[in-house]
Formats: sequence, structure tokens, C-alpha cells
Amino acid sequence: MSVKMQTAIVVNGVTENRAVEPRIHLIDYLRDECGLTGAHAGCEHGVCGACTVRVDGEIVRGCLTLAVQADGRQVDTIEGLSDSGEIADLQKAFHEHNALQCGFCTPGMLMAAQDLLREMPNASREEIREYMSGNYCRCTGYQSIVDAIEEVLQARRKGAAK
Amino acid sequence: MKAPAFDYAKPRTLSEAFDLLERHGDEAKLLAGGQTLMATLNMRLSQPEILIDITGLAGEAALSGIRSENGVVSVGALTRHREIERSSVIAAQVPMLAQAVPHIAHIAIRNVGTFGGSMAFADPAAEYPVCAVALDANLILVSRQGERRVSARQFFKALYETALKPGELVARGEFPAKKPGYRSVFMELARRHGDYAIVGVAAHAKVTGGVLSDVNLAYLGMGGIPMLARNAMAELEGKAYALETVGAAQRALAGELDPSADLYSSAATKLHLARVLTGRALAALVEGA
Amino acid sequence: MNARAELPVSAPGTKTDTGYIGKSIPRANAKRLLQGRGTYTDDLRFPRLAHIVYFRSPHAHARIVTLDLSKAKKSRGVIAVFDGRAVAEFCTPWVAVLGHLKGIKSAPQHAIAIERACWQGEAVAAIVAETRAQAEDALQLVEAEWEELPVLTDMELALDPATPAIHPDLGDNLCFHRELDVGTVDEVFKNADVVVEETYHFGRHTGVTLEGRSIVADYNPAQHTLTVYQSTQAPHMMQDIFSRHLNIPEANVRVITKDVGGSYGIKVHVYPDEVAAAAISVMLKRPVKFVADRLESFLTDIHAREHRVRARLAASKSGEILAFEIDDLTAIGPYSVYPRTSGIEGNQVVNLTGGPYMHKHYRAKLDVVFTNKNVTCQYRGVGHPIAVAVTEGIVDLAAAKLGMDPAEFRRKNLIPDDAYPYTSASGMKFELLSHHQCLDKLLALMDYPALRAEQTRLREKGVYRGIGLASMIEVTNPSPAFYGVGGARISAQDGATLRLEPTGMVTVMVSVTEQGQGTEAVFAQVAATALGVTMDKVKVVTGDTEVTPYGGGTWASRGAGIGGEAVLQAGKALKSNVLDVAAAMLGVDKGTLDVTANEVYDKLTGATKLPLSEIGRVGYFRPDTLPMNFQSELTVTRHYTPRTYGFTFTNGIQASLLEVDPDTGFVKLLKHWAVEDCGTILNPMLVDEQMRGGIVQGIGGAMLEECIYSADGQMQNGNMADYLVPMSGEMPDMEIAHVQSPTKTSELGAKGAGEAGTAGAPAAVMNAINDALAPFGTRVTAQPFTPEKILRALGKV
Repeated sequence: MSVKMQTAIVVNGVTENRAVEPRIHLIDYLRDECGLTGAHAGCEHGVCGACTVRVDGEIVRGCLTLAVQADGRQVDTIEGLSDSGEIADLQKAFHEHNALQCGFCTPGMLMAAQDLLREMPNASREEIREYMSGNYCRCTGYQSIVDAIEEVLQARRKGAAK
Repeated sequence: MKAPAFDYAKPRTLSEAFDLLERHGDEAKLLAGGQTLMATLNMRLSQPEILIDITGLAGEAALSGIRSENGVVSVGALTRHREIERSSVIAAQVPMLAQAVPHIAHIAIRNVGTFGGSMAFADPAAEYPVCAVALDANLILVSRQGERRVSARQFFKALYETALKPGELVARGEFPAKKPGYRSVFMELARRHGDYAIVGVAAHAKVTGGVLSDVNLAYLGMGGIPMLARNAMAELEGKAYALETVGAAQRALAGELDPSADLYSSAATKLHLARVLTGRALAALVEGA
Repeated sequence: MNARAELPVSAPGTKTDTGYIGKSIPRANAKRLLQGRGTYTDDLRFPRLAHIVYFRSPHAHARIVTLDLSKAKKSRGVIAVFDGRAVAEFCTPWVAVLGHLKGIKSAPQHAIAIERACWQGEAVAAIVAETRAQAEDALQLVEAEWEELPVLTDMELALDPATPAIHPDLGDNLCFHRELDVGTVDEVFKNADVVVEETYHFGRHTGVTLEGRSIVADYNPAQHTLTVYQSTQAPHMMQDIFSRHLNIPEANVRVITKDVGGSYGIKVHVYPDEVAAAAISVMLKRPVKFVADRLESFLTDIHAREHRVRARLAASKSGEILAFEIDDLTAIGPYSVYPRTSGIEGNQVVNLTGGPYMHKHYRAKLDVVFTNKNVTCQYRGVGHPIAVAVTEGIVDLAAAKLGMDPAEFRRKNLIPDDAYPYTSASGMKFELLSHHQCLDKLLALMDYPALRAEQTRLREKGVYRGIGLASMIEVTNPSPAFYGVGGARISAQDGATLRLEPTGMVTVMVSVTEQGQGTEAVFAQVAATALGVTMDKVKVVTGDTEVTPYGGGTWASRGAGIGGEAVLQAGKALKSNVLDVAAAMLGVDKGTLDVTANEVYDKLTGATKLPLSEIGRVGYFRPDTLPMNFQSELTVTRHYTPRTYGFTFTNGIQASLLEVDPDTGFVKLLKHWAVEDCGTILNPMLVDEQMRGGIVQGIGGAMLEECIYSADGQMQNGNMADYLVPMSGEMPDMEIAHVQSPTKTSELGAKGAGEAGTAGAPAAVMNAINDALAPFGTRVTAQPFTPEKILRALGKV
């Protein structure tokens, strides 16, 4: 029952070959096996969103995903999105609006925000609030997060229009 | 909150899946999206010996895809909520599902959770079961013996109890494609976006010149299973939409809905909310028809 | 945008007058958090790290008959198992009482319970294993037999003589009782034209920090040293606690606080399971980690705010408030929490009720009682949310009875802006508040008349909007009056060390801590301004008892006001020392020099003379070039504690606009406003964000959050699906504005701002709901305001 299984998971573009117990969820895999501690577990039952990471391009709850289920798939974490520059404008906007305080929700929040920017480039303020409603933040009260996303939406729309 | 140890298998064919189910019986749990199962495991509310990951069966046509044929829209068990949300076929031909799906949790959950998983788990606050009951849909169940068709109205038996037999999986749901003149409305009340609803209603009827026929009203959160409100439906059948008619339907609900109190709402409140939601759903049903 | 701070710190003719003070500069330390490259305690790695899980009582009150850990011990990966007795040999118990809360009593509490568990979730054994998962596997093999004891959950029964005392040695279930009687209350109520009374209920709720409580304790037996990495607000306080209870000399204990994922007061208390972790490290002579998972957090993180308050207000028919009276009953857990005690929250309610208003007569009665639910203690706002809701609720009720507009009724009774210094009926001393300026500003900001007109129009259409106001005072920058005077080893002073580095950079080490509110950022701003350097030259270090001066950490909204002042004074002193070196190097009068933009310059000519890197080079590497008796002092430490006032009060006013659906009982929050006077504002963006976060946290308690217990003491909703916290979809936009009345007790003039949002929001929301319900002739007074409660008030169910 604790027999490990071989996995090959592409984490931030790099194939990780590791043997893991089936019961290990993706967040513990990323944190303990790969040393990528940007992925956080806030509740381990899929509600708070702190564990939001990307698997095969779609955001998922890392705490509800087994590492063995990610075998052969692409996993993107906040470190990967940061180093590739994919969310540089989003991070800058978050910084300038102080859309984070303690930072614990932030990796998951940025993952969800980037997903919104991709899926709903014309989102209204109300739609932003709804899209982000699966990510718990206790520090900010959400307004600065909505402001930051709104600013990036507008900027990316302008950029796309050129 | 670390899950207890278990083995993991990912069968590549249905036959392999049945082998595993037979071998492990009660000690096995099926893993599709896992959005409910994983939380249960992390909280150690369940301690299976083995998880059988059936997402490897996505290649099996019997379990996958959204197809429309001969007035029937089939939704494969392994279809993710997000696929239903994005499907133009669903939007056009089973609009009630399209209205319901955005209420399911949040996007990260919808990317992974499956139609079949939701039906099989049968949470009393789940959205698809009540839609399937309102639309009089069918479920195709598959086992080593083959496929069998069960009406949604027979499938949900009691709290978390369905017609699934040991060794059987949900293969797909079959929904009647929208016919001309028919309207459907799905509404639910929840304190926060994505929460399990306090109460929800799935309303489906033909609306001709303000007259309702072939009326179907089903409720979630009003009992252990989706509740088809036949008495309320009877008050509306063949009648013109009017406040008195709606009132009669709302009053009829008391006799057939028996909600349980939960942490935040008494049974009386839930019944009251069901009535309010009924009025709003019926108004939406006829609006613009 | 916000008004510039009036900073008394400026040397005439310098190029930087206010410098960085009052500027909304983004936080340098947020960058790592944006990349997921922060370091929270659980991110740290240690060799031979062992993991602890606790076997916790499933019962609210039960005697441990047998506890068999033998099977657990044999489970795969298990290193050791301990019960309460084993840990007690290494760790002494504590009693959470303080001398200035007269008569407060509580029972001794051990790190791990021995003999008896007094609340569901109390730890009664520890399992230590190679991994957390293995420890949890072993947990299932623990065998325990319990003798269930009577469970007390209803606070109204706590003092009933028929109710058994949870701690027989204490005699009853009263933790703390206080009475205050000022003026001639009975006479005033008897003769008043208008008397209103109402009872308010507040549901117990909790902080839900996203990062669970986390601790790694690392004992080195060779040196008898203990290094603790802990997600705490008060590392020095914890250093003292570990030292005294584990019998390790204070200097041998080092507490390091890295990034903290939210605290709000939850992480300023002593938790038995965290102290046990430190003890276990000593016992096992290796590093051990304990992180509270979400289910544990709900059961064991401190809860707060379970009150029933009966309130009365007497007024004249011309609308003058004459008297307030309250009777506050509050339920804590079976123990007062160490070391700050669980009597403070109720004590604050007594101190603060009626605070913004002129009145000479006040009577208050407080009973703080033990129950078999989770322990409670200070949580953001500490008593303010209760006091403000009670005050503002009863004030609105009086206004309604008098037929006066709520804003005008407040205007008539708020302490005038020129009445200061002023001592309230409850004995609180106010240096300088600005209630009227804030009221005027708020009403203009929200366009109050327009909202009232719109409300009337919409009512005719069957749409029920409500506008609720809440005036408030807020305790900040506390002196030892809060804890020190009672005997607690809690520091109300803080220190800052500023060190000029050889390259001209400045390291700022401060004893106040950071949990995301931006204390490190404002310290950088103050240091840079005081010294005359640019922000990129400043590095701030907090959260290490071995590095920073001794201090209190973060609590009671003191970081900016107290820590900031220490930084300012140290910065000024360092500049003076830098100019001493410069004067010696240049052979000129020190008075002709100043520092700006990283350079020493001539004040008269404006000519640049020396970069600070030159001061550093010569001061550290070439002192041979300086005069014979000259010693460079390029590291300076200054401390600060508020002296003149026990607490530096701030004031503010909030408003909520919402819509009540009378058919469903659902409330839609449309908008929220706050005008806050927290003195000199160091970074407007950070202050406003503290306000917003605090407001939403207050809304949580008012609308959604409650720790629900069954009659037999089982928490019913201890998970994130059933315990409802505010999410983005339901929260309003919040407009924040300020008035600035700097405190003269410090040069910086900054008061605190971290808790004001939470203090006032529940009152504003409650008043708005009741304003919306006014046409129906009904009110709600029990938080959280669920649809159930609103429908009941409307008579719909």
C-alpha cells in the first residue's frame, strides 16, 4: 500500500522522474519532492484555492490531485510562470496595487488571475469578482486584487488591439 | 490531513476496470475527477485499499464526449464540467445544463470534476441530478454484463444512494434535446458563489402564448435526492401563467417537499426559499417566451 | 488621493522635507511573495526533521481513563509517542491571569493535557514520525477510553449554581468579573425622556489564517540551545515563554520568524501544542515540526467574540445622549489563554462602549465565563467590534425613536473636535480625535443626501436599501498599561538598530514584526527619510531575537506608531553620527552639512561633498585618517515606548450601503466607506489596504462566520466548506479617506491603523440592514445575519 510508483511529470518544463506513493497529492509532491515551495496547501479539501496550479494548461486544485495522476503531464507552478515572464504584467500590477499582504494566497491567486485573463479578456469588474471567487484571501479584502486584474485586462486588450 | 495509504491503478480498457472492481469489491473506490473523493480521503473519512482511476478510459467512446443524435444529447461520464460549460451543443440543445454548470464550485474544480462522478456521488445539493430529473433524462450504466438504461427519476434512490450495482459504472447521460417552444430555467440560492446551494430549482416546460404545458419542476436541497414536485406541476399543467397559479403551485410544495434543517437554515426557511425560487423560476420561464 | 502627512521631521532648507513619509510606495518585500519565493516556516528544510501530530480529544469534556500509545508507537515511521505526563517532565504548566484584571482566575494548563480534556480538540498525546502522513497513520492506532463529564456550552448557564464548575478548584465558572458605575445611572434612566434598550448577540468566530500555525523547534543538546522557527507575531515574547517553561536560559533561546501567512492576532498567543513541540525537540534532541492543518485550526486556533450584550441608552427629547448601560456576558474556553488572558476582550467592551459620544453617566457589568468550547483570546479588533456594534446599534435605535436622522443624531452627540484632551465616562483618555471632521468628510464622500433620496425612490418600487453608519474609537500604540502592568513579560517598547554598511547601504533591524501589513516597508520609508538615503539603499530585518533589539512585535496596531518612532530616532541619530565623520573628514563645521539622496552636502552652497559610501569606506577601513580621539559610530540603536497616554486612540467612521431581499433574506453589500484618522500616514496605500482587509474581516463576522457548536460541545462546521469566510464574489468596493490628527506623543505622529476596519464594519453593516428593514418595523441584532435570521425577523418563517 505504501509502494511507490514511478512518475515522469514535466514541472515548469523540466521532466522530473521520481517515485512517489500514490497517496501524495500534487502540492506535497511539488513542495517536498521538487522543493518548489511556492505551491501552498491552505485547507487540503479544495476550497481555499491556495493550492491552485496549472496541469496541462488548466488550473486545478493541487491538493485534490494525486501526483501519480500528473504522470506524463505538464505542471506549471508560480515559479515557472514567474521565470518565463508569462505573468510579469500581472505581478507588476499586483505589486503596485498592493494586491497581496501576507502573500500566502498569492501564487494561487495569480494562477487564477492569469486563467481569467486568458479565458475572459473582456471581463467586467463583476465577472472578475466571480471568476476569482474560488480563491480565499484574508488580508486584502479583494478590492486591490480586482483593481490589479482590471488594469492588466485593459492593458492587454490595448496591447492586443495594436 | 494526509490521506491514508492506498494502491492506484489506471485501467486502459473497461474490461480491465471491471477486473479490478471484481477483485477488490468494497475496498476499491473509483476515481474520475476526484474533486469529492480526494477531500474525503484527505480527511480520512474513507480508507479504500485501491483507487481505480477511470480517466484512462477517456478513449472509450461509451464514456466520453458530448454527442447529439436523433433528438438525444449524450454526455459521457468522463466529460469534465468545464467541457459542458464550453459546449455549444449543450448551450443550444440542453440549455438547462448550461445554466446549471457555472454554479458548480469554481473553475479549478470544474476543470477536473466529471459529469459521471457528480451523478454517481449524488450529493443532494448537486446540480446535474436535479436537471436530469427535471428533464426526464436517462442514465446509461455499464458493467461487464453490458449496458442498461435507467431513468434519472429511478436512478436516485436515497441520500448518496443510486441504482448503481457493484461492478457498475455510469457510462453516460442521455438528455432530450430541446424542442421548439420549450423553455428551461435553473436557479439556486447560495450565500457565496460556488457554495453548495441551500435550495435550487430546475424548471422545464413548453410555453405557448403564456400557457404552460409538459411542466417539470425538480428541486435540489429539499431532500436526500432531487425532488420532482408532481403536485406543484399539476397545479401549473395546461394553465396560463398567472400569480394565482404560481401561488397554488407554491402552496402545493409544502405537501411534497420535506427538507431537513442544516447548520444555517431551518426546514421552514428552506421550504419558504423553495417557494420564492419557484415564483422566480416560473417568471423567468415565461419571460421573453 | 490621501492628504500628505504633516511630518514634524524636517531640517529647514534640506532637499528632502517629507522624503518618503506619506508616499504610497509598493513594498519591496512583496516581490518574493509574488514569485512564490517567500519563506514560510513550513518551507524550511532541516536534517533529521521529525513531524508531530496530536491525538486530540473527541470529547468536549472527559477524563482520560486509559491511553494506550503502544500500537501507535510500533507503526511504520514512528519515532516516539508522548502523553501529557511525559512532556510535563520537560515543560512547566501556566496559568493565564494578570494582576490588573482584578480577580481574574483560571486553572493551570499543561502543554499536553494530563488526566482530562476540557474541549474537543485539546491535545492529549503526541505522535512523532518521519513524515506527517506516517504520524497520521499511527494516530489511528491510538486507543483511548474516556469517561465523559458534564459539558457546558451555554454561557447563560455558566454561572447557574446548579451548573458544575469545569475546574472544581476554582469554585465556579467565572473567569473574570468587572463592574463600572460612573455618575448616577439609575436616576438618569428614571428621569430620561427617551430610554431605548436592545440585546445584541455576537457569534463566536475565528481568524482562519491561510497559513496554519507553524513551528519548527530545533534543540541542540551540546550547547543547550533552542532555535525555534515560528509563525508568530511576537518572537521575543515566545523566547521568554520557551526559556521559562523549558528551563533554558533566555539567551540560549532564539526565535526566528520568517514570512507569516496571515495572523490577525491569532498568532500572538501561546498554544499548548506549539510549546509541546518545543519540549519534544528537547526530549528527542532533534528538529521537530508541527503545522496545524485546517481541521485542527478550526478546533484549536483561538476563537473570539462570543458575547451577549444587553444595552440601554437614555436621551433627552432634544436628542442629547445622557447615559449608556451595558451588561456583557461572554463565553471563553475552559482556560484563559496565556499570557494575555481571555479577560481583555470583555474588558475592552467595558472600556470602549459609548466612546465617541459625550455622556457623563455609564454603567457596565461584565462576566467572562468558562465553557467547554475552544479557547478564545485577542483577535483583530479585540472587543471593538462588539463595543462599536452595541454603541452604534443603540444610538441608531435612539435616533429612530426620536425621529432624528442617524447622521444628525451623531452630529449632536459626538465629542466636539475642540474638546481635547478629553476623558471618557469609562476613563479612557483621548489626546486628540476628529469625530466631526470625519463625519462631515464621510457624508460628503458617500453623498449621503443622494443615497437617502435614492433609498426613498427605490422603496416605492419594493427595493429595500439600507444605509448604516458607525462612529468609532480605536485603541492603538499601547503602553505597558495593556499587559505589562499586570505582570506579563510582554514588551510595550520596541527598538530599531540602523547600521550604515561600508558601501553606503543601510540595514535596519527592528523588533516589530511583519505579517504582510507592510511594517518593513514603512520602516524603510522612515529610515530612508530620517537618514537622507534613497529607498533602494535600505534593507529591513525583522523577526529574529538574535538580531533585532528587544521588543514587542506586532499586536494592538502598534507597529507603525511605536516601531516607526524607534526607527525615526535611530535614523536621526545615525545621520548625526554620519555628519560627525563627514565633518572630521572635511574639516568643516558639522552644522554646515546635511545628507540627502545618499550624499553629504553643504547646506549653504548645495554642493555635494561626499557619498555615504565614502563615509563607510573611511569610517570602517581608514579610521587612521581621522582625528586621533575620534571614533566613528555608524551603528545606532534607539528604543521607544509611548509614555504620555496609556493608549493612543484613533477615531473613524464607516458607512455601509446594502440591499436586503425581503423574500429570501439575502443581503447584497453594495458599497462601504471609511474615514479614518490614524494620525500621520506613513504609506497611504498600505493604510488603505489595511482598512479594506479589516473591513472585509469584520463583514465576515457580521454576515457569514460562526463557530457552531452542538450542545455537547462538538464543533459542527470546522472546515472551509461549512465555515463561511468572505470571498471576492460577495464583497463590496470600499472607499477610504482620512483626516490626520498626529499624536504629539511621538515625533512621527503616527497612530495605529491595522484594526480599525474590523472594529467598525460589523456595526455599519448591522445598522444598514436594520435601516433597510425599517419599513417592515423589525430589527436584527444577532450576528452573523443569516437569511434565516432576517426571514424570522420579517415573520416570513
